[in-house]
Amino acid sequence: MEPKTLYEKLWSSHLVREEPDGTALIYIDRHLVHEVTSPQAFEGLKLAGRAPWRVHSIVATADHNTPTDHWDRGILDPVSRQQVETLDANIREVGALAYFPFKDERQGIVHVIGPENGATLPGMTVVCGDSHTSTHGAFACLAHGIGTSEVEHVLATQCLLQKKSRTLLVQVDGALPAGVTAKDVVLAIIGRIGTAGGNGYAIEFGGSAIRGLSMEGRMTVCNMAIEAGARAGMVAVDDTTIDYLRGLPFAPAGADWDRAVTYWRTLHSDDGARFDKVVRLDASQIEPQVTWGTSPEMVVPVGARVPDPAEVSDPVKREGIERALKYMGLAPNTPIGDIPVDQVFIGSCTNSRIEDLREAAAVAKGRTKAGSVKRVLVVPGSGLVKRQAEAEGLHEIFIAAGFEWREPGCSMCLAMNADRLEPGEHCASTSNRNFEGRQGAGGRTHLVSPAMAAAAAVTGRFTDVRTMQGA
Amino acid sequence: MEPVKIVDGLAVPLDRANVDTDAIIPKQFLKSIKRSGFGPNLFDEWRYLDQGEPGQDCSARPVNPDFVLNAPRYKGARILLTRDNFGCGSSREHAPWALADYGLQALIGPSFADIFFNNSFKNGLLPIVQPAAVVDTLFAECEATEGYRLVIDLAAQTITRPGGEVLGFEVDAFRKECLLNGWDDIGLTLRHADEIRAFEARRRIEHPYFFS
Repeated sequence: MEPKTLYEKLWSSHLVREEPDGTALIYIDRHLVHEVTSPQAFEGLKLAGRAPWRVHSIVATADHNTPTDHWDRGILDPVSRQQVETLDANIREVGALAYFPFKDERQGIVHVIGPENGATLPGMTVVCGDSHTSTHGAFACLAHGIGTSEVEHVLATQCLLQKKSRTLLVQVDGALPAGVTAKDVVLAIIGRIGTAGGNGYAIEFGGSAIRGLSMEGRMTVCNMAIEAGARAGMVAVDDTTIDYLRGLPFAPAGADWDRAVTYWRTLHSDDGARFDKVVRLDASQIEPQVTWGTSPEMVVPVGARVPDPAEVSDPVKREGIERALKYMGLAPNTPIGDIPVDQVFIGSCTNSRIEDLREAAAVAKGRTKAGSVKRVLVVPGSGLVKRQAEAEGLHEIFIAAGFEWREPGCSMCLAMNADRLEPGEHCASTSNRNFEGRQGAGGRTHLVSPAMAAAAAVTGRFTDVRTMQGA
Repeated sequence: MEPVKIVDGLAVPLDRANVDTDAIIPKQFLKSIKRSGFGPNLFDEWRYLDQGEPGQDCSARPVNPDFVLNAPRYKGARILLTRDNFGCGSSREHAPWALADYGLQALIGPSFADIFFNNSFKNGLLPIVQPAAVVDTLFAECEATEGYRLVIDLAAQTITRPGGEVLGFEVDAFRKECLLNGWDDIGLTLRHADEIRAFEARRRIEHPYFFS
């Protein structure tokens, strides 16, 4: 038999039909729903008099608009509140496999709660009206973000209209140096291939460095596949995947578990499978990364300097760098370590899981927030992550360091709630996008790992975490 | 969706690469539960000098005179010229909703981000990919010529420049038919409901653990 890539296996096992021009209908196993991109879809469904196809595919939560403090006061912004209440009403009317509403103990960021509850399983197709759905590919799922029209399409038909993507293998071999994390790996990948490098591709992340990552680390890498332009990122199943899933609430049990595991063991690219493109990175050469500009590809190692546009010949690129430096308030050739940090955000669907919080706490332990840093927010990805962190005493480390320990949600990754930057503030952020205004109008985002964010919080600038004791 | 056949209109050049959907429509406007009304807040942070909030009367806000969409010569533009990787980032369909609500009907650029590209077709907004050199030429001509208009004929897959020169473009046959006819693709998919049901029944037997 012809060797197949993981993507080809997932694609062909979900193919319902294919038109002569390659437009295909693929079956959707899991539909994650949140409050921002679903109201118009539910409304459209209702207006057309259509019923949802399989409500048991739906797992829903409110995460983008929800506040991260003073939950007793509810949602103060009336527009945000209306959106969350609209989700409540829609799920009440339609139904779902599971709904974790605002204040529920299992509420959280949709890309954190799916995996931690076992609602994301290897071999599934997973969609959500959210570009960071690529996260779930860490479980060898075909998972990607969709628009609201497609949310409605999946609700109504349990299928998605798709064309097959090309395949890109990103192979990361070697041992990651101490202090270098999954976040640094994916930022280094984006720095290499660019934010459009994955356009039209499904990326498989492979190699010994990826296999050596925990599921949390793999989720961080797949989460940012979209920042490389690829709708979907994925990692093959191995023991790490299966060990993570065992015993989770929605994972199969008993004979079903054994049967599932037998199938899941087939979810890898076969030896000799052909990819349309292959990119290789040497893990031992990756250093802690910091973005300096307004696109995730504008990234350098912590010991480097911001670039000088005068050295760039392509006029569109040069103007892009000039515009980014102006927005970021940075002069060409500034050492990254000289950039002062005003706020720190530890959270988001990229880096808010228990392992991320442990990494940040290891750096924060016994240290305190630098006086020049106005605020450090630590926002766990879900109620379950929060509970686990508190059981381990991580919250006490953060609070002792002068960090704020918050309730779960998307928070300052996109600043739809009250957590945001003031114009001109520099933020060391563990989130995924450093676009203009992303964390608040005029805010200046620098993407880093949780350990690097904590290091910035206690030193007031970007500091190489490898030089800090205890990290 | 209204059918899209011919787009005949003024072009406006947005000369920056990697324009993300956060820039196209900032997050505070995503709190709306409607599909319409996003046009006044298209490119909000670039277009206005103050900070935009939902529900504001945008006609009274101070505009940024340096932003290309605010130049009087581009008022009423129907076609947006774009650079590489337009529409990257968030999957928010509010981005094509805002572009269409503003009055834009087609985009021409060297590349578009996947999710945005897909979302545009669902909203009667036609994204056209052209080679980078052609896009460079269109930018140069558009900037040099006041009242620069293009005529896009979707059925013929052609762009006609003011001098009469004709450029061809590629578009998926399926997407083209949907746009030309204004078809709702849910209705089209439901024509295959029996096939979906049969697939689902087979899958339920083969992988029951995905259905519990």
